[in-house]
Amino acid sequence: MRTDYDVAVVGGGLLGSAIAWGLGRLGKKVAVLDEGDITKRASRANFALVWVQSKGLGMPAYTVWTVQASQAWGRLASELKQQTGLDVALQQNGGFHLTLGDDEFGQRTELVKRMHNQVGAADYKMEMLSASEVKKSLPLIGPEVSGGSYCPLDGHVNSLRTFRAFHTGFKAFGIDYLPERPVSAISKSGGEFRLTTPKGELRAAKIVLAAGNANQTLAPMVGLFAPMGPTRGQIVVTERTMPFLPHPLTTIRQTDEGTVMIGDSKEDELDDRALKHSISAVMTDRAQRMFPHLSRLNVVRSWAGIRVMPQDGFPIYDQSETHPGAFVACCHSGVTLASNHAFEIARMVAQGALEPELVGAFSASRFGAVGAANNSGY
Amino acid sequence: MSVAPRREDYDVVVIGAGPAGLAAAATAAEAGLATLLLDENAGPGGQVFRAIASTPVTDRKQLGEDYWVGADLVQSLRAGSTEVIHRATVWSLDRNLDIAVSIGGASAFIKARRVILATGALERPFPIPGWTLPGVMTAGAAQTMLKSSALVPDGRTVIAGQGPLLWLLAAQILRLGGRIDRILDTTERGNYFAALPHAFAFLTSPYFAKGLSMMREVKAKVQVVSGVTELAAAGDGQLASVSYVAGGKRETIAADLLLLHQGVVPNVNLAMSAGVEHRWDDLQLCWSPVLDASGTSSVAGIAIAGDGAGIGGANAAVVRGRIAARAAVEALAPASAAKLASMAALRSDLAKAERGRIFLDTLFRPAAQFRIPSGDTIVCRCEEVTAKDVLDSVAIGATGPNQLKAYRRTGMGPCQGRLCGLTITELMAQARGKTPQEIGYYRLRAPVKPITLAELAAVPKSEADVKAVVRG
Amino acid sequence: MFKRSEQDKRPPVQIFVDGIAVAARQGDTVSAALLASGVDARRSTAVSGAPRLPYCMMGVCFDCLVTIDGVGNRQGCLVPVAEGMQVEIQKGKREIGR
Repeated sequence: MRTDYDVAVVGGGLLGSAIAWGLGRLGKKVAVLDEGDITKRASRANFALVWVQSKGLGMPAYTVWTVQASQAWGRLASELKQQTGLDVALQQNGGFHLTLGDDEFGQRTELVKRMHNQVGAADYKMEMLSASEVKKSLPLIGPEVSGGSYCPLDGHVNSLRTFRAFHTGFKAFGIDYLPERPVSAISKSGGEFRLTTPKGELRAAKIVLAAGNANQTLAPMVGLFAPMGPTRGQIVVTERTMPFLPHPLTTIRQTDEGTVMIGDSKEDELDDRALKHSISAVMTDRAQRMFPHLSRLNVVRSWAGIRVMPQDGFPIYDQSETHPGAFVACCHSGVTLASNHAFEIARMVAQGALEPELVGAFSASRFGAVGAANNSGY
Repeated sequence: MSVAPRREDYDVVVIGAGPAGLAAAATAAEAGLATLLLDENAGPGGQVFRAIASTPVTDRKQLGEDYWVGADLVQSLRAGSTEVIHRATVWSLDRNLDIAVSIGGASAFIKARRVILATGALERPFPIPGWTLPGVMTAGAAQTMLKSSALVPDGRTVIAGQGPLLWLLAAQILRLGGRIDRILDTTERGNYFAALPHAFAFLTSPYFAKGLSMMREVKAKVQVVSGVTELAAAGDGQLASVSYVAGGKRETIAADLLLLHQGVVPNVNLAMSAGVEHRWDDLQLCWSPVLDASGTSSVAGIAIAGDGAGIGGANAAVVRGRIAARAAVEALAPASAAKLASMAALRSDLAKAERGRIFLDTLFRPAAQFRIPSGDTIVCRCEEVTAKDVLDSVAIGATGPNQLKAYRRTGMGPCQGRLCGLTITELMAQARGKTPQEIGYYRLRAPVKPITLAELAAVPKSEADVKAVVRG
Repeated sequence: MFKRSEQDKRPPVQIFVDGIAVAARQGDTVSAALLASGVDARRSTAVSGAPRLPYCMMGVCFDCLVTIDGVGNRQGCLVPVAEGMQVEIQKGKREIGR
């Protein structure tokens, strides 16, 4: 296979798909190189929040970036609907993080305070609410709920349908989605990139590395750096239920289909095939203490996914000095930031350079040689 | 009946009390191993010997002598020391042989030194237009009601499909005074020729004479149409008619009940969720676990016996159960193996029990049109996904069942792919020009059957588990 | 759709289906009792609301889902009847707390 593309996006998950879709939207000729049916795919395992509160402690630019994404999501949802007919069920009526007991309430209050005090961050009106105030919005909370934080910008979406909408949209934009083509080598010669895949070589004028944690391996091939620190998260999901939860929570949300998703753990274990039930037990126990009615619902599935996670928890968007035209993009919040990826990152890739005022803070140069600890709040 | 297991660990845990499980548990206990038998149903028997200890059908001839063999198996199990728990749903089994089982709304957690999976078979999906209509059931469903509650069809009843079970069920329904209006045989004509080379083994197997006399018994009373194609059920919210093509002519008949059957396939969910490697079986057209001669799987300590190991029928299941149990005894208490039948004797029993199987598999290999649907025919009953939906997803890039799940939620409902998995694999294989083995199957994980959230929440947890979840 | 064989001598058990008394037999599963009773036991699905009746009767298809003694989405084909049991035919999604 020898085809010329304006841009080859390596990785067909939510992040790569959003950027590719955004490039197609701008009229670029795009190829998306993806792996096959079984591979580590955060896009199939995520919790689907479009989430703002508590993001960006230690990096005010990330708060600004997140708020911008949250505000642009409505436009993304409506463009996808218009193009594909698929309703991604975006709901942005505010979200909660509930606390159990006084200690957790105190810790959360402390966090909210620190977020407010952070200079340069956008004000997104995160506030602490008492249990009785929470109850006005979430009447089914249990007696152990001590309160929680609320942010009016928070929301959620059907992330699988979003994923499908992007891939459906590829067709209309003439984007070639090429699965079963993991990239093993990248070189640049004669002003174009050559990507080696099991099904042959592919050439493109520009490339975007959007391969999740695999960016760590791919980035150095084109003079980029993407230190990753993946973790595992487990999620439990129930049968479909009549709507009962009007707002999403950090760890509980009811999908538009009616199922209740309960998340999520953070583990060092990186095997996504095995599950640790004792961890699911902590998650579900907390969920039923928050909403006692949940206890009788049936759990129909549970799974583990590997988080895409830059080493310090913040996104990496960068462009290569040595290989002009090569970009890298990876972040944990592929759902929340999808709108920015589709509109902003795609626009900057199309024009050939990232804009420092918008994404300069996310350059991997911040890591130095050894990387950094993750204190981003995940 | 809802009692928790008496111990936290056992030498052998057998899952499923059908022919293989009954035989395996009795054998392991006979050798003195601490043996636990867990079964989801209210009593022993599995599907083939369902309700063997409680059936209200007292006239032995009506169910047939092959059925009552089950009573002897139950008797020898009960004569031994096996601990038996019914209405026990195993929802998790892992590589460490840790088992989570739901009994009476609470979970118990036990550890086994050896696990013998005897989770048997389920009926192959029969995705024809209208198969989700009320009034369309599997033949096995009707047989379950017949055995356990002496219930027989009394409305306008059509049985459609192929295979030995279909004829057995028809005979049983007629013997109990039930009604069958028509039998639609979907066996492809070409299968008779394909099966011919294997006919000799079959003619000398016990299946032959029994099968022939049963077919004669049924054909004397019911109109049988052979060479049936393009089968469809129709009705508005309820089955009203069945239509089909035979001899180049389309026929439509009014019906209240349509019973479908095109063979059985291994029930793989628990084994797959434990990480047992499976391969596509090109003859039986299903996933079968990769096993050694003793039934040991790719996961150390887990053996599979019975139809879950590949369809072999009840007689073979009993022997495979004994072989797997003997292998467990040889590993855990070699000195006690002497009192059991020798492996050589068991293997020769198995060869005898498997005689004629290839003939049956070839003759009753279901036609592509009944395995691989098209258009608006529902494939995934839980999430109500059609064949066209699946093909549309292939067109936008779905390479296998797991990417398809992300696009369409197939297999995400409560049945967890049991009723759509094979269809999805074959449909995608056909659409992509790949083999089913290349397409693969859903990645299955615990819980393999739904459990309440409270039950999962009650799993014992450590400080580290809490730390992995709770954060500011 | 189904009738009982005369040789069935099991003792009767009375259950209630949406409040109406239905005669079952000891050892029947809820699904078998419903199918034998002649009542309209069609549930409607949680996805499209399409009507369904039990399909497999062996615990794998989940088309027999029914509310039993106030608990929704139980597999009727795996639960034996008990005297006085309250069965409700489910319409659409389960309600939380039931």
